[in-house]
Amino acid sequence: MGKIQMDGIEDWKKTDLAGDYEERGRRKNQFKTESEIEIDDVYTSDYLDRIGFDESKDLGLPGQFPYARGIYPGMSRAEFWIMGQYAGFGAPEDTNQRFKYLLEQGQTGLAIALDLPTQLGLDSDHELALGEVGKAGVAISSFRDLEEIFDGIPLSRARQVFTTANAISPVILAMFLILGKKQGIDPRDFKVVLQNDILKEYVARGTYIFPPNESIRFNVDAVEYCTRHHPHFKPIVVCGSHMRQGGATATMELAFLLANARAYIKAILSRGLDIDSFAPSMEVQLSVPMNLLEEIAKYRALRRMWARMMRDQFGAKKPESQQAFIRVYTTGYTMTAQQPILNVIRVTIEALAAILGGCQSLSCSAMDEVLCLPTRKAAHVALMTQHIIAQESGVADVVDPLGGSYFIEGLTSRIEEEANKIMDKIEERGGAESAISQGFYQRLSREAASRYQKEIEERSRLIIGLNCFEDPEEEIQIESFTSDPDLHKRRVKGLKELRKNRDNETVKACLRRLKDVVQSGGNTIPVLIECVEEYATMGEMFDVLREVLGSFEEGFEHL
Amino acid sequence: MGDRRIRVIIAKLGLDGHNRGVRVISAGLRDRGLEVIYTGIRQTAKKVARAALQEDVDAVGVSSMVGAHLVHMEQLCREMSNLGLDDVVVFVGGIIPKEDDEALHKMGVRGIFRPGTKISEITDFLKKECEKRR
Repeated sequence: MGKIQMDGIEDWKKTDLAGDYEERGRRKNQFKTESEIEIDDVYTSDYLDRIGFDESKDLGLPGQFPYARGIYPGMSRAEFWIMGQYAGFGAPEDTNQRFKYLLEQGQTGLAIALDLPTQLGLDSDHELALGEVGKAGVAISSFRDLEEIFDGIPLSRARQVFTTANAISPVILAMFLILGKKQGIDPRDFKVVLQNDILKEYVARGTYIFPPNESIRFNVDAVEYCTRHHPHFKPIVVCGSHMRQGGATATMELAFLLANARAYIKAILSRGLDIDSFAPSMEVQLSVPMNLLEEIAKYRALRRMWARMMRDQFGAKKPESQQAFIRVYTTGYTMTAQQPILNVIRVTIEALAAILGGCQSLSCSAMDEVLCLPTRKAAHVALMTQHIIAQESGVADVVDPLGGSYFIEGLTSRIEEEANKIMDKIEERGGAESAISQGFYQRLSREAASRYQKEIEERSRLIIGLNCFEDPEEEIQIESFTSDPDLHKRRVKGLKELRKNRDNETVKACLRRLKDVVQSGGNTIPVLIECVEEYATMGEMFDVLREVLGSFEEGFEHL
Repeated sequence: MGDRRIRVIIAKLGLDGHNRGVRVISAGLRDRGLEVIYTGIRQTAKKVARAALQEDVDAVGVSSMVGAHLVHMEQLCREMSNLGLDDVVVFVGGIIPKEDDEALHKMGVRGIFRPGTKISEITDFLKKECEKRR
């Protein structure tokens, strides 16, 4: 009995392992994770000793600091993770019908996808909105549209409402508060979740409006207001997922997410709020590409890093402040347009990683997402994938089943170490805002994405159906984006009527007050509530805001 | 003229912010010896056409991921035509349904690239098309 000693391992490498490679060959000279972390020949308890792994300090028990094993003691033995679905399209009345259907089917949360003009503060009749209205989600140009979306649906019927609002989130918050008031529902009886993470928009996704610092200020208004008046709302979800999809590796994803979180926390603290008053309402969102074991380790590392950051850097005392509530979306870039049915298998592996890693909420991509808006059948398969893992695979019956694995623990620590190195570099550049302004995140992501593409083209990375096992007969079938051709016209007409029939003097006065508040640096939520209630349009409010806060453009770049 | 490197603008039009593919393509074309100007996201057709004239480029490539390609390519081809740039090679890449090919070709789009395209296929296309032009 006892540990295998270092000498024994070295001997094994020289004799047994070398002999095996000699006899049966070796697939690769070097094995690495997606984040370029080298994978050793074998992992033993000796390895964990050498990296200074300490079970009580680095792991704890589930539901205990540093939460590497999960934020709840019972994890999925108590209840399964939230199986999310993301919907929203076309005109408000279409989304209204879909939401009623989903609620009848027993769905308890509503996630509203917004179209791009809305996400950028442009009304549906703006010239830049041409061709994009109602496409990536539903169009909301004024409070009237939200009223239509929730016509006959009391806000309290859904346990939570989530939107992809980022640059515009303070306005969306104001709209939900007025909706609750008009429906006669106490805000304590519903919960608004805002993504409200603007920094990642400059790196990936792209729905920013103002320059970074002004954006943070505007977005923090929503966090401050919720903390003071509606502390059960979730006013910010800090995301690594979009940057990951944009090219970042697993370690970059964590470093970028945490550095951005740090920037937000500092900005929120500067409003005179206590860390423990708002940290419990923060959530994080991560992606999950194909490298199963690295992804599992990534979630464990994120929880540990989040807990340590909250406690050691910000002095958070409440356990809820130190627990990272993790939302996961499976990945788009790992899916292939070739033989799309194979994406079902990819999504299954990705979902498994998220669940083994201990996520709180998971949305699975549909196999055809790379080709078109998901068909009903593909969306069904995606949801059933989660049910099969939950009910049939048995993985949900154990808390942190991979805890204690030499490799997983080693990798969890290595990811933390590498992500910390990237965070140090971000800090050297003056923190998240300035590192992003200098293009640091963008450069790292771009290099990683280019490397990934190069490996595919050189065939040192094999993707089934794409650069091996291709089907020469296959032709890619991309379904057309069909959208209601009259939608745009109806929206333009509706906006015209709205602008004619509301009390325009009051609207003007509200917009003037909005300008005063922004100029004086006050919190904009109360005045936005006034604007929204008087049916000021998105475009009108953002024209005022842009005038004061400025706008941001990427600009041409000679490579 | 014969020795001049191929100059190309790679553009994002409209509100679509997906930039992974377009960044990888831009860097890949540069690494293969082309002169590349990337416009950044959210450009207008007018601005890109003007840049094509000022920068004296051989080709303009557009990345489109959210289904607004017909509207944007039509605008771009018209703006370029207005500036007398009919001979500049226009191509598009991204999520483009096959049934839109004909409409795109009619507008003057010469190359359409879908997911899974190798960067070398785009360079070969550009070399061939730009050669014709010179």
